[in-house]
Amino acid sequence: MRIATSSLDLRRPATLESALQALRDDARTPIAGATDLYVTLNFGTLEARRFLDLSRLAELRGITERGDTLVIGALASFTALQRSPLVVKRLPMLVEAARLVGGVQIQNRATLGGNIANASPAGDSLPVLAAVDAAIVLRSVDGERRVPMTEFYTGYRASVMRPDELITAVEVPRVEGHQWFRKVGTRAALAISKVVVAGVRDGPRAARFAIGSVAPTVVRARKAEGVLAKGGKIEEAVRALQAEITPIDDLRSTAEYRTAVAGNLLRRFWAETA
Amino acid sequence: MPVTAVGQSVSRKDGIGKATGAAKYADDLTWPGMLHGRTIRSTVPRGRIRAVLFDFDTTGFTIVDHADVPGSNMVDLIERDQPLLAVHEVRHVGEPILLLAHEDKEVLHAARVLVEYEELPPLLDPEGSEQTFKTITIDKGDAAAMAGADLVVEGTYQTGHQEHIYIEPNGVIAVPEDGGITVHGSIQCPFYALKALKALLGPDIPARVVQTETGGGFGGKEEFPSIPAGHAALLAHKSGRPVKIIYDRVEDMVSTTKRHPSIVRHRTGVKRDGTLVAMEVEVILDGGAYVTLSPVVLSRGCIHAAGPYRCDNIRIEGRAVFTNTPPNGAFRGFGAPQTEFAVEVQMERVAEALGMDPVEFRRKNALRAGDTTATGQVLREDCSALAVLDEAVRRTEFARKRTEYEGTDRAIGLSLFYHGAGFTGSGERYLKSRARLEVTPTGVRIATGSTEIGQGTRTMHAQIVADALGVPYESVEVAQPDTKHVVDSGPTVASRTCMVVGKILEECAVEMRSELGKLSPAEYFAKHGAMTVERMYEPPDWIRWDDATYRGDAYATYGWGCDVVELEVDPDTFDVRLLEVTAVQEFGRPIHPALARGQIEGGTVQGLGYALLERVVMRNGAMANAQLTNYTIPTTLDVPEIDVVMLENPYPGGPFGAKGLGELPMDGPAPAVVNALRHLGHDIRAIPATPEMIAASPVAART
Ligand SMILES: Cc1cc2nc3c(=O)[nH]c(=O)nc-3n(C[C@H](O)[C@H](O)[C@H](O)COP(=O)(O)OP(=O)(O)OC[C@H]3O[C@@H](n4cnc5c(N)ncnc54)[C@H](O)[C@@H]3O)c2cc1C
Repeated sequence: MRIATSSLDLRRPATLESALQALRDDARTPIAGATDLYVTLNFGTLEARRFLDLSRLAELRGITERGDTLVIGALASFTALQRSPLVVKRLPMLVEAARLVGGVQIQNRATLGGNIANASPAGDSLPVLAAVDAAIVLRSVDGERRVPMTEFYTGYRASVMRPDELITAVEVPRVEGHQWFRKVGTRAALAISKVVVAGVRDGPRAARFAIGSVAPTVVRARKAEGVLAKGGKIEEAVRALQAEITPIDDLRSTAEYRTAVAGNLLRRFWAETA
Repeated sequence: MPVTAVGQSVSRKDGIGKATGAAKYADDLTWPGMLHGRTIRSTVPRGRIRAVLFDFDTTGFTIVDHADVPGSNMVDLIERDQPLLAVHEVRHVGEPILLLAHEDKEVLHAARVLVEYEELPPLLDPEGSEQTFKTITIDKGDAAAMAGADLVVEGTYQTGHQEHIYIEPNGVIAVPEDGGITVHGSIQCPFYALKALKALLGPDIPARVVQTETGGGFGGKEEFPSIPAGHAALLAHKSGRPVKIIYDRVEDMVSTTKRHPSIVRHRTGVKRDGTLVAMEVEVILDGGAYVTLSPVVLSRGCIHAAGPYRCDNIRIEGRAVFTNTPPNGAFRGFGAPQTEFAVEVQMERVAEALGMDPVEFRRKNALRAGDTTATGQVLREDCSALAVLDEAVRRTEFARKRTEYEGTDRAIGLSLFYHGAGFTGSGERYLKSRARLEVTPTGVRIATGSTEIGQGTRTMHAQIVADALGVPYESVEVAQPDTKHVVDSGPTVASRTCMVVGKILEECAVEMRSELGKLSPAEYFAKHGAMTVERMYEPPDWIRWDDATYRGDAYATYGWGCDVVELEVDPDTFDVRLLEVTAVQEFGRPIHPALARGQIEGGTVQGLGYALLERVVMRNGAMANAQLTNYTIPTTLDVPEIDVVMLENPYPGGPFGAKGLGELPMDGPAPAVVNALRHLGHDIRAIPATPEMIAASPVAART
């Protein structure tokens, strides 16, 4: 550990109200499972020294149904997602994604809200939420607002979330059709995504497709979807997809590979969900 | 004498301690008044140090630089070129410049030291390097015979760095004691560290080294620990207090040694019928910024560079060169995994060019007893190249699958390989390794410098002694290597700990038995008191080796292996899925079958990681992916169950017929994987063969 943990200032509120008040009063960094935060603490790259531990906020842990909407609390862990009969039934591709996040220890601690707020373009749950038009529920002392997942991010590791807001839940409208998820990591398990995709096949021509790790933010492939909706050829949709992503060369992969694989996965999705 | 322990998978001497967590590793140990040490390192690949500024309150700190060295500031290894602490210049990122110690770890890590450099242009391309650490030429017959070949095949092959990823990072504690310094640490070769400490501390400060329980080494703790041991000793000497230095994973990956990257060029001439006419091999190893063990790594790499094949005309030319990157050093296989990768892919390509079956081609050329190797060594009955090849091919139904998989996403490939056991040439004679056995009130104690680093040294040595002495395995104790109490048995490296040190112990036990007569050791002790037997290693008397010409008996014996890999490439993602891996290996005879199997499985997995996953990304001379997240080693989901076959061919010079085993399994996996990829049409000449590389590789017509 390269940062002096004994000097960190940690508050652990018992209610959401006091948590939101604390965020408003003295800018603090929320901590959920700490699986992202701890990495940066360990490397000594995290600047924050004042934290707000959300772990006592049991009300943010629930997974419920409200009418047609699946409501997942921000503190739901990836293990909880895998075990929830509601998620298994209504959003099986989120279960698949959850199973591939880190290892079991990480899944036990890491939360859905943390995955979203951390805003890494490689977050495995993000394409799933983008493909199903989920809404992110944000709350501050001023009240609550809902932001569509597809409008949540504004750039690399940047979002519309204000420092005094918390993600309290994710709302997922009913999903009809075939759900399809694929993660391409650097090895078979315990890997960060080089490309990660989620799709929903709503009908013979209708598809919703989102892809991560190929741009500064998760990409909802509207152009490719548009081509398919108009009855265009899959190769045309692949070209459209490849034009709407902006992958880079990094430690894990290359732009060229990511572009090729993105196309292959769209083809595979289209063929397997036909 | 009835054999009862050897050949049985008896319980490990260190098993209970490790399984229950009772075993103490370096970071588990503390001393009263102990300080924590930290190393300030270069952040540039090449430069002159202009100033070192302390941007913190230095009260309570012990600060050490090169001027504090009582003896020599140069690491005492093959060459004395590497400073323990930089003086005026730095030659690689991560080079140690200054040491700090403080009793509070957090205060220690918060201290900011600013180093100002005059940066100089670094040399990063080994092919462009004209600074050579060592050159080697091996000549057999006349390589000009190439002219008489029907066909000449050329190829260039490349391998990358590889990280050891021992579970326990480097760690040591130096303790001022009796006017000297004792270093306890995670160390493969306590006597190497002792030699380095003596040079560093000078004649007036006695040094002692004690190995703590060690969480893996793979060569990474062979020569390297002399540096942290020296650093801790300097801090302890200056502060008068015990000092602990434990690297975190990032520091360990950025600044410690790795496997040498290689570029190997082949030209092979063959007759139409597949007979090898001539082989020319050029080997370039990237040594990094200091010599470390590069000359010896190059030597082993070159000796194995022609593969386990009979060919009358061979020329091998090797060089290890300087670059401004962290020095590379010992790593399981020691140069052979690089050159055997190259020759095995080359042989596959030669067979393809001839339109010959790869098994037939190898069968025709594989070394047999009576054949001579590249150095002119005449092989004896302990040569098993054909035996391992035939068994692997039979067991995997190689021929059937090779045909059946044509046109699918599946493929099968193999590699044939060998590995010399023990030090090269006259090395074992110069080493003069010793081992000692001591009678105790309850039985007998082994006192050697051989270290247990997870591979089973204690268990295997105790088995050999138990049977050679005719006493129960349980009555044999093994002393922790402590340079004050054990003898120098040579380093725990080079697949020599069973074959060489085990052999000395066997001889000690035989001699002790004749002293004991019919008494058990405990009875003897009760009657006559203590008794010890100490012996020195005598290599087989027929070994002849000429270091000047590189001719002669390079190794007393070799282990032999054939790996078969079946795999599938995902058509969308180019991910390689390993379906079946078969490792047929002959290493004399297993003393402990479960441990031997563990060595083969572990070495094979390490080789598969080398082949497919493990990529060190260097940016401006520094490892950019120095985390386990981005430097990926295989998980259990990345490797299938490995079918391990241990063929026996007892070697008369080893204890109970055993040869060396530790490194052999590392040599075969990479070429077997790449040859399977060739079967799919991917012309891969470099590893790791990542999906990115496979996606970009032209798919040639299938053979
Ligand atoms: C070994 C390892 C493997 C990993 N593997 C994967 C993987 O395969 N796939 C993947 O996607 N990720 C992976 N991760 C990253 C990480 O586990 C996930 O991003 C996880 O979902 C983060 O959740 P958390 O609860 O731990 O977040 P934390 O670390 O607690 O927080 C992350 C960020 O989100 C903020 N935050 C957290 N909760 C809220 C909230 N409710 N409202 C507002 N802000 C909030 C925090 O302030 C912080 O900035 C891995 C991490 C590790 C250490």
